[in-house]
Amino acid sequence: MSKIFVVVEHRDGKLKKVSFELLGLASQGGNEAYAILLGEGVTGLAGELAHYGAKKVFVSDSPTFKYYSAEAYSKAVVQIATQNGAEVILTGHTPTGKDFMPHVAAKLNVGLASDCTQISISGTTVTARRPVYAGKATAEVEFLGSGVRLATVRANSIGIPKPDTSKTAETSAVTIDIGQLKTKVLEVVRGAVGRPDVTEAAIVISGGRSLKSAENFKILEDCADVLGAGVGASRAAVDAGFRPHRDQVGQTGKTVSPALYIACGISGAIQHLAGMRTSKTIVAINTDPQAPIFQVADYGIVGDLFAVVPELMKEFKNLKEH
Amino acid sequence: MNIYVCIKQVPDTETKIKLSPDSTGIDTTGIKWIVSPYDEFAIEEALRLKEKNAGSLVTVIAAGPARVVEALRTALAMGADNAIHVEIAETADNFFTAKSLAAALKKEAKVDIVYFGKEAIDDGAGQTAQLTAALMDLPCVTVALNVEYSADKIKAKREVEGGAFEMIEATLPVVIAAQKGMNEPRYASLPNIMKAKKKEVKAYKESDLGVSSADQKIKLKNFQLPPPKQPGKKVEGDAATAAKALVQLLHTEAKVI
Repeated sequence: MSKIFVVVEHRDGKLKKVSFELLGLASQGGNEAYAILLGEGVTGLAGELAHYGAKKVFVSDSPTFKYYSAEAYSKAVVQIATQNGAEVILTGHTPTGKDFMPHVAAKLNVGLASDCTQISISGTTVTARRPVYAGKATAEVEFLGSGVRLATVRANSIGIPKPDTSKTAETSAVTIDIGQLKTKVLEVVRGAVGRPDVTEAAIVISGGRSLKSAENFKILEDCADVLGAGVGASRAAVDAGFRPHRDQVGQTGKTVSPALYIACGISGAIQHLAGMRTSKTIVAINTDPQAPIFQVADYGIVGDLFAVVPELMKEFKNLKEH
Repeated sequence: MNIYVCIKQVPDTETKIKLSPDSTGIDTTGIKWIVSPYDEFAIEEALRLKEKNAGSLVTVIAAGPARVVEALRTALAMGADNAIHVEIAETADNFFTAKSLAAALKKEAKVDIVYFGKEAIDDGAGQTAQLTAALMDLPCVTVALNVEYSADKIKAKREVEGGAFEMIEATLPVVIAAQKGMNEPRYASLPNIMKAKKKEVKAYKESDLGVSSADQKIKLKNFQLPPPKQPGKKVEGDAATAAKALVQLLHTEAKVI
């Protein structure tokens, strides 16, 4: 039995799905799941964490955590984990998790398995596998020596457990000895886009250079909005200035594994395939039947995306309405 | 200013990855090695900062086997002044690497800014900048897009998610991990490439830095290639027919919508 601590994440007052996935994992196999919840005005989120398996929630609800910062988060996580005998610490491999967890690793003088796509915990043994070369291969992570085991896990890798709303958790309010900070978040500038990030979306619709312009991405955006999907792009489309780099899927962009990935007008260069081939179901729409993208696609339509995508959107709408 | 850039040499993005016969790593035969793309933004940013501050020096540092000197020469050709090779094994993990880099940096008289790329495209872990900063007790800003410099602090625009940004202030010395879009990296000119070949590269061994393989915390093993995919289904018909059939398949067969 292991004491597994999950550093949970929230955005706009809502907990992230990856936090639920991790609590589900952490509460299996006789292990005990503890949640670490940091923020301002977040204590109310503790109840929902119990539904997904948290036995106890450590909350630091303080203006210190109004904004995320690696420095403050890592201090808090180290303090809570050390004081309460954490044996494993998990968090999502999100922009936040991948930023602060190495600080925790350095402070605890232990190793960190980043971006795990498979993970299991038996006793205090953590077995994980992670993509390398952006998914062109995978490797097993072996922790050397003793100490707390740390891992960040890619969203959508485990699956969300069924919540049990009858469950409750003890809440423990923690005061963090934050000390002098060397960094200060001055402000957070919100993005205009309400769509989910490609790394977290359950469905991603991506476009390539065949979209021909930034404006034409609107047909993908419209289709994405029907499904609540994220919009991605190939390197060619980003380099052409059609989309910002944050939407780029591939080895020099983001690596994603949604349940459904729809590649529109993407030929499937090796560096793009590396970033999306772990998606559970892949759809390719391309005019060129020889395009390499069809080799990884579960379903392929040889056709013009400008004709197919609007039809697809209609069908998705139909499905949603019935 | 004393400006440092930690870079990593990685296989080119076009590389088709093959495994070594015992699956303990990849087969490096015939691989074209490059400076990890995010590190190029780090080098460029360092050079621009130097150009704005007379008397500054840019030193590039790379950890790894003998081949990484080639990456250091690329950075020298772009305009870096000095280069340091930290000689550690190819299999070193992020922690061992960071500890070695931190030890090399601690040997320097004064460090104002240390740049990294936000991650290397080989292991893609994105740990080394933060680990190095934490081991040196320095502040660290990752995924930085834009940095304003003043005498004792920096203000950086950091990309978070969903198109949001953070404006973050940090005291000097500071570690900054560069995101694509920070700048447009320059190309080295031929004369500079020639000159870079003759420049001296300082080398540290593990014993010089007081590090050893005992600092290794994790090991990657049992490498696998992704399982080959079964050929997919071609959905036939005109746009409307194919779209209808596809949505049915996604709903009833793949069950993803």
